[in-house]
Amino acid sequence: MKHLLALLFTSSLAAGCSHSEAAGGEPPATDQVTARRTADMVHAVIAADRAVYAREVVQRLTITQKVKLLDPEKNAPALLEAREDWKSQHGALPLPAQMLRMGAEQALAGDTGLSYLLLSPWPVNKQNRTRTELETRGLEEVIRTGKPLYGSEVLDGRTYFSALYPDVAVAEACVNCHNAHPDSPRRDFKTGDVMGAVVIRFPLE
Amino acid sequence: MRRLAACALWICASAAASVYLALSLDGSGRAIYLPGTTTSGHHQIEERCELCHTAGDGVRQDACLGCHRDELAEADDSHAPEKFLDPRNASMNRLIDARRCVTCHLEHRPGQTLAMGVSMPADFCADCHRDVAAERPSHAGLPQGGCSAAGCHNYHDNRALSEDFLADHLDEPDLAARPSVPDTTGTPSAGPPLARADADGPPGAASAEVEGEWAASSHARAGVTCTACHGGARVAGAGPIAARPWTDHPGPEACAGCHAGELAGFEKGKHGMRLAAGLGPMTPSAARLPMTDQAAHRELGCASCHGAHAFDVRRAAVDACLGCHADQHSLAFRGSPHDRRWQAEQEGALWRGSGVSCATCHLPRVRRLDGGEPRVVVEHDQNAALRPIETMVRPVCAACHGVDFSLAALADPALVRRNFRSAPAAPSAAMELVRRRGLPTREKPP
Repeated sequence: MKHLLALLFTSSLAAGCSHSEAAGGEPPATDQVTARRTADMVHAVIAADRAVYAREVVQRLTITQKVKLLDPEKNAPALLEAREDWKSQHGALPLPAQMLRMGAEQALAGDTGLSYLLLSPWPVNKQNRTRTELETRGLEEVIRTGKPLYGSEVLDGRTYFSALYPDVAVAEACVNCHNAHPDSPRRDFKTGDVMGAVVIRFPLE
Repeated sequence: MRRLAACALWICASAAASVYLALSLDGSGRAIYLPGTTTSGHHQIEERCELCHTAGDGVRQDACLGCHRDELAEADDSHAPEKFLDPRNASMNRLIDARRCVTCHLEHRPGQTLAMGVSMPADFCADCHRDVAAERPSHAGLPQGGCSAAGCHNYHDNRALSEDFLADHLDEPDLAARPSVPDTTGTPSAGPPLARADADGPPGAASAEVEGEWAASSHARAGVTCTACHGGARVAGAGPIAARPWTDHPGPEACAGCHAGELAGFEKGKHGMRLAAGLGPMTPSAARLPMTDQAAHRELGCASCHGAHAFDVRRAAVDACLGCHADQHSLAFRGSPHDRRWQAEQEGALWRGSGVSCATCHLPRVRRLDGGEPRVVVEHDQNAALRPIETMVRPVCAACHGVDFSLAALADPALVRRNFRSAPAAPSAAMELVRRRGLPTREKPP
């Protein structure tokens, strides 16, 4: 991964990624993988895992099957839930947003410099609001167009390639939770709506 | 002549000082090099500077996590360093570098150190959460230094304060209809029950009194022979301890053969942390809490609470504690509502598990999964349910009391000092805010 990112540095500069660029034509083919292509591949993995977890784990177990388990403290049946304090609840599942964040934290603890996160104009967790200029501009455009946006930005003195991808509500579980949560600024989501963006970022050096 | 004498005196004094300083480089004498008083959590191990300090490299993050990693993971750390690695957090890290423990936990700074060894000003939360009232109008006007003071939030451990948990426990009665703590699962027996005639120590090793205590103990009932703890190879198949030569005073390692989990907990807490650091056992004389004079030089090991041969857990639950601890909270235990229930249970007037001893709260019975099988074990790290104080709610207080009642009681320092001799005067501030939020009710199983 480190070598791959090293290749990206040269290829990204060659591809003219030093400013934001809306989705469109592919850069010229080379024998190297471009930053944009790498971000697309990383996103494909993140989006697939996220959709599978939301649909096949959370939705299936908590909504479709309504799985019951035995609460050992009360010795009574309880419904399996995905909830924020899952770690201190017997048998509870992490929320899909937490699942993504935990993966991102583990990935970032390595030495690749790769980071990814969720952003939304309607965040339940207010830490998921935009902070950088590119995030703010990109999120607005991704929500409006439903297409990815690429760019570069300098954070803490280091240049990063950043890509924003639309984050779509893939399951009823996503919509139900965001429409019911008291901290959700928007309560009319439908399955298939763009609820925010996945940001993928890595250093260009 | 006078000048020569002064020179000689100076040389002698310098030599003596050099020898003194050189000799102080080892062992407890190192305390003279401390740049300031060490926090209560670390003063027991302050003579081993190298546990935290690396020559030329300051205090490494690993030095902190070497001892505290597990507890932070178990606490589901709300501000774990990995949450702040993302480069978009750089501006926040410039205010408070949350990636490093020593940002908030500077040692040897008694003048600026608050509870839990925090060396930041009490209102440090505001550096990043200044706009909290915009998200939560209920927080408008709250004092900026009051986030944890009101018993609502902790920086690391919010297991008993998370909104979901509090919402699940709204409007519970102050006291359950049949309050009790669970029975411990117990340690598997080493063999069939033994009688006095089965004592297998060397001739004359044990007095009649000691043999009698052992024969009446849980160890004899569980088939644990003398040599199983004291060593000596007289019994085949008695485990690794028996392969060692006989010793009159076996240490905690002898107990670990069957009670490894208990010893691991003991060595994490203030009773046993010196042993974990390779130092001699803790003595009450070295404690910062008030202790009884007669206990000053007792050395803390398993036997100091459990006794050397009787292994009476009832003694370990109260009398052993009060034999050393002499602070207001401890001294107020006798005659408290908890103590009255403890006495009633011992006398058979109340059901098993209904009494509340010192150990019920400070060495609580906790549920653990062992290979998927639930077990109830005694947590021997007496700090685990105190760091911070709200941590006690889930494994201890909530077994008998409502969460609102429990949080309110723990948030009242005067009530804690009086060992909970009355009900808390006001409800929990955190619970009150959650109640007003009107969170949706969770679906219950049909």
